[in-house]
Amino acid sequence: MTNSISLTVNGARREFVLDDPRVTLLDLLRERLQLTGTKKGCDRGQCGACTVLVDGKRINSCLALAISHDGADILTIEGIARGDQLHPVQAAFITHDGFQCGFCTPGQIMSAIGMIREAQAGDDPERIRECMSGNLCRCGAYAGIVDAVLEVQAGQDEAKQRLSA
Amino acid sequence: MKQFDYVRPATIAEAVAAAAQPGSAYLAAGTNLLDLMKGGISRPDRLVDVTRLPGLDRVEYPADGGVRIGALVRNADLAHDADFARAYPAVAEALLSGASAQLRNAATVGGNLLQRTRCAYFYDTASRCNKREAGSGCDARGGENRLHAVLGRSEGCIATHPSDFCVPLVALDAIVEIEGKGGRRELPLEELHRLPGDAPERDSALSPGDLIVALRLPAAARGFAAHARYLKVRERTSYAFAVVSAAAALRLENGKIAEARLALGGVAAKPWRVRAAEQVLTGAAPTAAGFLESAQLALSGAKPSGENAFKIELARRIVVRGLTSAAAGTPERIPALPASPFASVSGALHV
Repeated sequence: MTNSISLTVNGARREFVLDDPRVTLLDLLRERLQLTGTKKGCDRGQCGACTVLVDGKRINSCLALAISHDGADILTIEGIARGDQLHPVQAAFITHDGFQCGFCTPGQIMSAIGMIREAQAGDDPERIRECMSGNLCRCGAYAGIVDAVLEVQAGQDEAKQRLSA
Repeated sequence: MKQFDYVRPATIAEAVAAAAQPGSAYLAAGTNLLDLMKGGISRPDRLVDVTRLPGLDRVEYPADGGVRIGALVRNADLAHDADFARAYPAVAEALLSGASAQLRNAATVGGNLLQRTRCAYFYDTASRCNKREAGSGCDARGGENRLHAVLGRSEGCIATHPSDFCVPLVALDAIVEIEGKGGRRELPLEELHRLPGDAPERDSALSPGDLIVALRLPAAARGFAAHARYLKVRERTSYAFAVVSAAAALRLENGKIAEARLALGGVAAKPWRVRAAEQVLTGAAPTAAGFLESAQLALSGAKPSGENAFKIELARRIVVRGLTSAAAGTPERIPALPASPFASVSGALHV
């Protein structure tokens, strides 16, 4: 059985022929597109290293069958910078030491971008911790991660105030 | 993962016909099913992808004052629906206390209802498990069973139902709409999940091909909106299943309890509702003594199934805490750490 799907990945439309329906979105990104920034940690939905945005929402790509996402719009860690200009969340992770070994970092950053879009946590560190609990960091960089998210959130809040002033 | 055929029906009727064939399983988000398939616990021959079926992704508020939730509505979308969260705050809180933000963005309402137990022996294919393989035995009984059932269990199975969402739903008389080979039918959610008895391999009252298409809450469930909580004890602060949990909802009139609802999670193979524990509160003032009496009734008949006697006392205490918290009033905003019995309303204690 063969199945064709099309996905928009980081803004570019791509066609895929899947000769096996078992391919996860994670494996498709890594093996077919060589977008290896999205990490395979547990591969069972427990660690969050595989987090990507699908149609604007963060999900675990390891628990998503590619074939079921025909037509979806995917954003991965490779698609968030503009040339050499880092995404504000990437820059904030560097400023605040939001990582050590870096393996969980793409998932953390994509999760943070999704979380800020969800607009549930605001600038409350407790809510940020709760809303980021699906991303594990074995190095324990959580304090820096929360600070990075807080900085980006504060920047967005300021920008909104400027626009409304 | 075992190989499987993949079909994506265009209509509900086609889906039911495809899934009625032996070896079929419905696929929605797959957040539980794919995990089970990767571990070899579920081995379907055919996946019937229902994600494109029309009309199942809406939250509707019919004129009768209730709510009808399509089976494909995502857990996060329902919890963040402001009208829903205002009318059914304990349900929204339960949803937000479960899994992670990523999983809640994907997982569907119908899938949440039908998720499988997290018993470690069910997951470990080297162990004997009557739920995974009928008649093979139960290694949980003599194993690590501190998190297992204390109510409604059988000789053959001591697993618990893992859903948070289902606990307040059962307390609030939720109804499930099912499309099957014989057409559309309805079932109280309380009757959807089965106790293990001598057939632990059957989790639910569903037959092959049956598809949950919607979930409804009656208008009366809104009457508890001012005094409703879901509280959950976890072994880590966030992103963990319940050790024990309770949904508590009160309708107060002139300082007295006009009606009470109570259900427990993490204690049995289904959300556990005891009407005697609700009725003892009717007409009474909301007092600590009354809540303790209710908790005693809620856990009547509870027995350890291994190293889990502590869960019985813990469940009594979460009932008392839940009722006390409900009586104090539904928080204005869902707390930073939803359903935590350790957090104040204003801030969570992340440790």
